[in-house]
Amino acid sequence: MNPNDIPRALLEGSGEEVQALTFPYTRSPDQDASKPVHHEVVIVGAGPVGLTLAIDLAQRGQKVLVLDNDHRLSIGSRALCFAKRTLEIWDRLGVGQQMVDKGVSWNVGRVFFKDDQVYEFNLLPETGHERPAFINLQQYYCEAYLLERLLRLPNAEVRWGNKVAAIVTRDDGVLLTVETPEGNYQVDAGWVVASDGGRSTMRNLMGLESKGRIFQDRFLIADVKMKAQFPAERWFWFDPPFHPNQSVLLHREPDDVWRIDFQLGWGADPEEEKKPERIIPRVKALLGKDVDFTLEWASVYTFACLRMDRFVHGRVIFAGDSAHGVSPFGARGANSGVQDAENLAWKLYWVLKGRAGAELLATYGSEREYAADENILNSTRATDFITPKSEVSKLFRDAVLGLAQEHAFARRIVNSGRLSVPATLTSSQLNTPDVDVFGGRQVPGAVLTDAPVVLGDGQEGWLLRQLGQGFTALVFGDAPAWLAEFPEVFALVVGKDLVDAKGLLSERLDARPGTLYLIRPDQHICARWKQPTREHFSLALARAIAQPA
Amino acid sequence: MMMNTEATQLAYDDMYEALIGCHQGLSTEQSHMVNARLVLLLANHISNLDVLREAFVLARSGTQATTAIAPMTAQAITPVAPVHAG
Repeated sequence: MNPNDIPRALLEGSGEEVQALTFPYTRSPDQDASKPVHHEVVIVGAGPVGLTLAIDLAQRGQKVLVLDNDHRLSIGSRALCFAKRTLEIWDRLGVGQQMVDKGVSWNVGRVFFKDDQVYEFNLLPETGHERPAFINLQQYYCEAYLLERLLRLPNAEVRWGNKVAAIVTRDDGVLLTVETPEGNYQVDAGWVVASDGGRSTMRNLMGLESKGRIFQDRFLIADVKMKAQFPAERWFWFDPPFHPNQSVLLHREPDDVWRIDFQLGWGADPEEEKKPERIIPRVKALLGKDVDFTLEWASVYTFACLRMDRFVHGRVIFAGDSAHGVSPFGARGANSGVQDAENLAWKLYWVLKGRAGAELLATYGSEREYAADENILNSTRATDFITPKSEVSKLFRDAVLGLAQEHAFARRIVNSGRLSVPATLTSSQLNTPDVDVFGGRQVPGAVLTDAPVVLGDGQEGWLLRQLGQGFTALVFGDAPAWLAEFPEVFALVVGKDLVDAKGLLSERLDARPGTLYLIRPDQHICARWKQPTREHFSLALARAIAQPA
Repeated sequence: MMMNTEATQLAYDDMYEALIGCHQGLSTEQSHMVNARLVLLLANHISNLDVLREAFVLARSGTQATTAIAPMTAQAITPVAPVHAG
């Protein structure tokens, strides 16, 4: 899109302005073509997941078409908590800084039981990382910044008011029937990514299901605008005096807005609870009678932990909430969806460029299904702790909370949500098992951890910013001569291209002179050696794209 | 079997008296809470999940329960937080 035509409000608008933005349906020449026009990649759904994927592909030079059935961005805070890993992904896509500048950064959480603080935790207790554990940012800002970034890329097109109404799949593509205000037309897609949310139309059209466990409880989310003195921390109450027998979660948002989640119980009437006259007394009970506030947005929700059996269905691939759903405790919904997008983007691009076969795309399924299981497990456990479903379950929950104030071990059992960290894909077939002995957590399958570095020009910088968009060989000391025989691999030499001035990088990677880490385009470690050889490196590189050596 | 159900050097009569004494004067509800706290404290002290699982099965087998303990879901292997502070 011509940069002058990109609405300035996407980057500069107030919350009200951003939520009021509408993106008109415009007729595409495809609608007047004599036969369905071919698009290599069609992404259905312009939420955080679809937009992240579209940027990643378009930034690599791949043409993408995004279809969205609506005309607006998200309303209300919704996803709200964006994790360190998500920010690092958005940094690679050139849009992380806006998010962090606008968002409220936080690392600390506090847990209360009745009147008392039980304990506090720091999700990023060590320094030497560019990004905080989390930012809080209303989903509409997140989507606005992503959309602005996407529209600046020459290879991307977004069609609003375009709803997929029918799908015919083939071995080599998908025929989409798209409904618009001016009638239906057809698009011939090479690949379709369905990032169209929990109630995915694409999933329904394909006759597929997302299965799992539905929790019998209701929660009220309220976005409240007020001047308040709470710090930028996550506060969670079990059974507080102002909301007895239930839980409450408080988060600070930008613009003096506060997000409060009230557990209501299964018996609550969702229509009644949405009314301001029901919400305002609940908020006043928390804040005190004298605090002035206005209610910005509220919603009553129930939740489920669900996932599709498989995420890859021939030429149709599911990502984000369409593929898996979690309870909100732990911020594992949007964050895992963004990781889906990053996992998928490079694999799809490699396949489109003929650098890898469908076997590589199949690993999107196996890796992200594994990650979804981990997210579902963590969020299910948190939900069972927060909303005990039997008397004895509540008894043990309260016993844990009672012990936690005095006894360190019980604090480890308290579960107000295990907050999103990226899955370590230890069992991925793309990893090469270690032959050398390494200490630490940076095992094959882990996301490369960030570290402070000094760049060639003497400027301070961050490790993750220095990686290539393809595979990177991170070498400590002198790069082996044979590395030049792999021009597709970006060589990043510690000691030459950057200096590990604080020693944190070597420490975190248990590296010594000669150590080499092979990093995937999505910044996951896939192989490492203390004494790399050309042969081992070459095998690992083939394995990392699921190619026979 | 990792859990020891054979007799040890523990002074059993003293232990039993102390256990019952620990509940003296409590309502049933309070006693339930004491028991829950005891289980958690002892579980931490034992600090061996295999032993504890055996104990859970043995404890349940003495009840009228007609079903076995549901199989565990897949294990999470990624740490739940970089360091979840104690």
